[in-house]
Amino acid sequence: MPAESRPAYPAWRAALSDTAPVGFGLVPLGLAFGVLMVQSGFAWWWTPVFSFLVYAGSLEFLMIGLVLAVTPLATIALTTFLVNFRHVFYALSFPLHVVHGPLRRLYAMYALTDETYAVVATRAPGALTGARILWIQALCQAYWVGGGILGALVGTLLPDVPGLDFALTALFTVLAIDAFRAQRDVPAPLLAVGCAIVAQLVAPGQMLVIAMTGFVALLVGRYLLTEAQHA
Amino acid sequence: MPETGYLLAALLTTLVVTFALRAAPFLVVERLRESRIVGWLGARMPVGIMVILVVYTLRDTSFAAAPHGLPEAIALAVTVGLHVWRRNALLSIVGGTLLYAGLLALLS
Repeated sequence: MPAESRPAYPAWRAALSDTAPVGFGLVPLGLAFGVLMVQSGFAWWWTPVFSFLVYAGSLEFLMIGLVLAVTPLATIALTTFLVNFRHVFYALSFPLHVVHGPLRRLYAMYALTDETYAVVATRAPGALTGARILWIQALCQAYWVGGGILGALVGTLLPDVPGLDFALTALFTVLAIDAFRAQRDVPAPLLAVGCAIVAQLVAPGQMLVIAMTGFVALLVGRYLLTEAQHA
Repeated sequence: MPETGYLLAALLTTLVVTFALRAAPFLVVERLRESRIVGWLGARMPVGIMVILVVYTLRDTSFAAAPHGLPEAIALAVTVGLHVWRRNALLSIVGGTLLYAGLLALLS
């Protein structure tokens, strides 16, 4: 437990270096969101309101169009359910048990985004303290909300450079490699690629939900076929 | 612009549904923490979820039309190569992204 054995090293500084790569993806994406909000006719301060209440990147982009069309609340609830359904799987490998105190646990669950899951769950089990996890989550939210406010205020003045959204692809690629290094399990990423491609071809609109459900189902099947017999 | 009351109701709807999706599974998982299958799945899931998110972010790439997904493929390969070589996340992300933006600028 390297983090536990160095109590003098403050959790926020460790979290700052943990989240630096994610910040490089989140800030530009937040900027883009803020610009889009203002261009869609919202006052700048709606950007942090969206980011604190919705707090799920891809859904926030979707919500701009949905609320401008005055979509019924039931449809918004269903869309949220489908777009964010993948988060039900994150509980399997997110170490909430090291976070103590009801308010901290509430925040840890509220702020369990793709990015914080990626940073936290790709570490070796037991490598992170509760304080460090909360700092990782608070910093990720700060990058996202800060980028959004900046985009809403000054984003329209910035030049539009196409291709910077690749930062998010590169971020998930890097995290996949780090997660692979932790386990060295070859079938898992191969199954995931297969599920992702099939889901994209069969139902592009529900790609994430179908790919992740299929991937988890295949892993459970593989466990039952190979591991359960040795129990 | 829709009314403020509607906007807040819509945003609160997403908050409630998203929080429920993120929090509810912990009620079950916390009790299963010691079970073998949860530990086994938890160890193998992150790499697959990240791979799925990579494919998701590249879903709008067109292979039929020029440049046939070539900038994406090159930038992805360089990102992977950089990360396997140097193991520095920031370097891999900045390098891959700047290369991708550069390739787009070259081709446009």
